Amino acid sequence: MTGASFFDLMNFGPNGWGWALITAAGVTVMVALAGFSLGAVIGTFGAWAKISGRGPIRVAAEVYTTVLRGIPDLLVIFLFYFGGSLALTAVYKFFGGEGFVSFPGFTAGALAIGFTSGAQHTEVFRGAYGAISQGEIEAAKATGMSRMLLFRRIIMPLLLRYALPGLGNVWQVVLKESALVSVTGLVELVRQAQLGAGSTREPFSFFLAAAILFLVITFVSNRVFRFSEAYFSRGVRGTR
Amino acid sequence: MSASVSAIPMDIAETSAPAVQIGDLHKNFGGLEVLKGLTFDVVEGQVVSILGSSGSGKSTLLRCINFLEAPSSGTITIGGETVRTKVGKTGDLVPADIGQLNRLRTSVGMVFQNFNLWSHKTVLENVMEGPVFVQGRPEAECREEAGEFLAKVGIYDKCDAYPAHLSGGQQQRAAIARVLAMHPAVMLFDEPTSALDPELVGEVLKVMRALADEGRTMLVVTHEMGFAREVSNRVIFLEKGTIEEDGSPEDVFGASKSERFRKFIAG
Ligand SMILES: Nc1ncnc2c1ncn2[C@@H]1O[C@H](COP(=O)(O)OP(=O)(O)O)[C@@H](O)[C@H]1O
Ligand SMILES: [Mg+2]
Repeated sequence: MTGASFFDLMNFGPNGWGWALITAAGVTVMVALAGFSLGAVIGTFGAWAKISGRGPIRVAAEVYTTVLRGIPDLLVIFLFYFGGSLALTAVYKFFGGEGFVSFPGFTAGALAIGFTSGAQHTEVFRGAYGAISQGEIEAAKATGMSRMLLFRRIIMPLLLRYALPGLGNVWQVVLKESALVSVTGLVELVRQAQLGAGSTREPFSFFLAAAILFLVITFVSNRVFRFSEAYFSRGVRGTR
Repeated sequence: MSASVSAIPMDIAETSAPAVQIGDLHKNFGGLEVLKGLTFDVVEGQVVSILGSSGSGKSTLLRCINFLEAPSSGTITIGGETVRTKVGKTGDLVPADIGQLNRLRTSVGMVFQNFNLWSHKTVLENVMEGPVFVQGRPEAECREEAGEFLAKVGIYDKCDAYPAHLSGGQQQRAAIARVLAMHPAVMLFDEPTSALDPELVGEVLKVMRALADEGRTMLVVTHEMGFAREVSNRVIFLEKGTIEEDGSPEDVFGASKSERFRKFIAG
């Protein structure tokens, strides 16, 4: 390292990079959360389509999961970013504008993460649904529960019990995938580290700081998942 | 009185209204005809034991009554109200008005062979779930009543336990309390003691006998001949999807003309 030490660079004063990195970490979490949530919504429909959808719906869900698992995530991000930019540029031209309009990196990244993780969510939810005892569902129907009530009171909590371990894995993947969104110019953690490295010529310090922040995010999310798993596996033999 | 098809104990048959009426009920699974046109009424206060060898259609019959299984044809009438149906995509009958079916289901309780308690809810929560969330009754009132039903089946001390931490006999008694909490007009039992270790059968039968003594209307699929003889006041013997015997326990057990029934009880 030349001159400045790690802590000189990473302080929270006017010349430090601390706030910039913390903010970028926030962006990482936000884009990952947005993508993960979109993926969960897509996965809910995907699992429903695969479990009880009619022919064409089920085929569409199969095609979706197969295609998205087959394409590199980075490529999906490029497709959404440049596809979105093309569309925006076309709209801009239509109203008399000129030149290239770039699609917001955050939106492109969240969409790309949503669609790729949606395929994984689909499989997680489908597997979890299969693990629910049909007898518990029948008991609810026999009690006169409406479909909404059955879903909310019985299926959803049991689904989460079996899905949460898988969802934790999907979240880990999503978190790492969010680093790829830096290619769109979105200033998330990796991009911010690159910027800092370029401007100070201290690449190692910045990438080390980014790695530490990723670990902090992972640690906190692990705690959240472990807590949720404990909550939703209440009543499982061997737990209290 | 001979073992005629409509041998219902007269004292009950004449004074009570039909709780369940089954009209020409058919059920096919693919090409397999499991119920071949069953017609019978169960009047209020009757305790009916449904006997029959494995695969004779006993579970299918019970499950058609609350439409867990879609009948292929026929009518189900609960407390004088016939379930409205239409022909579904598979050709079986599906409810035409799911709201009506769900309302009728609240008055038909079902106790399953495998208990089917909701595993993510405590025993107390299991018992309160239907009254509070399906019937929309005040929670405090339901909590108090749930406690009373749990005391009645002898597991009040297990209120806060999860089903997985109970013995089979305790789980089945909790399942019975869950049904009682709905104040059902009819209770269906599908082999309620068949999944239990032999030493736990008695505690469940004792609860069921108490319910019968209260004059509740019960349809019980069972292999417990003692229950059929002593507790129930009507026995239906199902054989290959038809009613082979129907009468009072004395008549059916004492003077059955059916060769198959005699073979069945001989084991
Ligand atoms: N869901 C189903 N699909 C196909 N066949 C079934 C289904 N349920 C029951 N059956 C068949 O219907 C017949 C009667 O079953 P069931 O009513 O469970 O008999 P029981 O309860 O008297 O032993 C059996 O031959 C069984 O294999
Ligand atoms: Mg059966």
